[in-house]
Amino acid sequence: MTDATTLPAAAMPPRSARRRILMRRLWRHRSFRVGAGIVAVIVLMAVAAPLLSGGQPNAMSLRNRFAPPSADFIFGADNFGRDIFTRVLYGARISLWIGFASAMLAAAGGALVGMASAWFRKLDGIIMRIMDALLAFPAILLAIGINAALGPQVSSVIIALASAYVPRMARIVRAAALVVRELDYVDAARVSGAGAGRIIFRHILPNVMAPLLVSVTFVFAYAILAEAALSFLGIGPPPPHPSWGNIIAEGRDYSVEAWWIMLFPGLAISLAALGMNLLGDGLRDVLDPRLKIEA
Amino acid sequence: MLKLIAFRIAQAIPVMLVVAVLTFLLMHLLPGDPATIIAGDQADQASIDQIRRDLGLDRPVPVQLWHWIVNLAQGDFGRSLMLNQAVADAVKERLPVTLSLAMLAFAITLPFGIAFGVIAAVWRDTWVDSAVMILALVGVSVPNFWIAILSVILFSVTLGWLPSAGYVPLHDSFSGWLASLIQPAVVLALFQIGYLARMTRSAMLDVLDQDYIRTARAKGVAVNTIIVKHAFRNTLMQVVTVAGYILSLLIGGSVVIEQIFALPGIGRLLVQAIMARDYPVVQGTMLLLGFAFVFINILIDLIYAYVDPRVRYD
Repeated sequence: MTDATTLPAAAMPPRSARRRILMRRLWRHRSFRVGAGIVAVIVLMAVAAPLLSGGQPNAMSLRNRFAPPSADFIFGADNFGRDIFTRVLYGARISLWIGFASAMLAAAGGALVGMASAWFRKLDGIIMRIMDALLAFPAILLAIGINAALGPQVSSVIIALASAYVPRMARIVRAAALVVRELDYVDAARVSGAGAGRIIFRHILPNVMAPLLVSVTFVFAYAILAEAALSFLGIGPPPPHPSWGNIIAEGRDYSVEAWWIMLFPGLAISLAALGMNLLGDGLRDVLDPRLKIEA
Repeated sequence: MLKLIAFRIAQAIPVMLVVAVLTFLLMHLLPGDPATIIAGDQADQASIDQIRRDLGLDRPVPVQLWHWIVNLAQGDFGRSLMLNQAVADAVKERLPVTLSLAMLAFAITLPFGIAFGVIAAVWRDTWVDSAVMILALVGVSVPNFWIAILSVILFSVTLGWLPSAGYVPLHDSFSGWLASLIQPAVVLALFQIGYLARMTRSAMLDVLDQDYIRTARAKGVAVNTIIVKHAFRNTLMQVVTVAGYILSLLIGGSVVIEQIFALPGIGRLLVQAIMARDYPVVQGTMLLLGFAFVFINILIDLIYAYVDPRVRYD
């Protein structure tokens, strides 16, 4: 029983030391190191896109239509002569933002629903039946449906993906919160007059953070893949935005003659998802070893 | 066991009701007025109003919801706007394609996913484990539609071994059916194989750490017997619990895969319906799939209770 949530607080070293120990253990974990490295490089490239490429992602040049990869166009050019390298760089901004925002939104929603369900026992039945109903839909289908209802915008993709993942997050948080609410210090807080809000956010939330953080990384990875799939189906962010999925969708018609248009954004998606999954594996092993893989 | 079955089915009724209400509300958020779409560009206001009255769209939302539920209870899922066909018939026509694809992918996923997971766990912390787990990780990280396109370039265009698109019904020709589905099914299965291998490995390692495994080892049971009879059988239990999730991933994934291989299944129907704003079809397909998974989950719970008596008496 080395789970942080079940150890009495008195047996633990002070918070700052605990954090340092945790960081050291994370850093010693190979998957975490490799994953963090991959994600950091991709994020840096997305942020520094204007420095790495002089061009604009939507700048056309008919002279360079279907230019194969070369020194000038290291990833080649597409049917409008747009530089694929630049598009992939700027695409990272949109794809990573959608992945990040939907994972965060799903975590916030899942944490609220899960903790409310665990604390207010009268609501538990209704809330969990609604979550069961949402879980009955395959996640990507739910995202497609919600996205169709909200219209083609970046924000609707984020809301759609987040909603598809709230039920899973809620279940994980609820399970962890049900354990925490029975602990002595929660009773102590209640006896000393703390309200539901204070107990939930001050005492329960910090103790469900570990499983929440682990699932956020896996949902991030999945959201990147799902966003790409939605874009590919033509119901993602609208076309002039070079999201990774959009670039593949546009390059699909030329996949035999101009394979480079779809090859590189696909590699970028795979690498980003791989990095997040490795990061998640590391976090899980260190923070919450008993949590089942949620990829 | 009978009591458990009755209990689980009784529990499913409120969930199905919520599924129905959710799909109804979702589709009422859709932009665009279906009456205007049916009437076409040339229609005047009077005929649009007439269509709206015919469809019952002029009534208050709670009344519409009530009618929707009553119709559902009678097996009426509405009529498609683009196909001039009942939604239930449109889905029934396309169901065999999606089911063939998903079941074939499921049949590929199970043996490979479980085998990889068990191999990695048995040779834990060796190069075999690392190699298998890196493959599994790649499986859950690579977008399946991208692999699908690459696979078509290799196997259909360059080598010419497999058709790149189209579906041959099973009752026309078995070999044609298999040839039309094997490529999409394998591509579709890759993610789930990776997922299941990762799941199986951690479940198997959990089991191998249990006291009864140590006891079996201590009393001199052969290692192979321990792995096959003690560890593997208990690992399988955990696999049963994720079977529903895997099926759900497969059906979700088939939406994209059907699009690439031009398979006339439910996923293609759904995407076409969204593009055409054919909202009875979107509503109906989502609802039918939602219902299907409510039952699949019950079925899996029951299988689980059947194979593991501890769950039954809980």
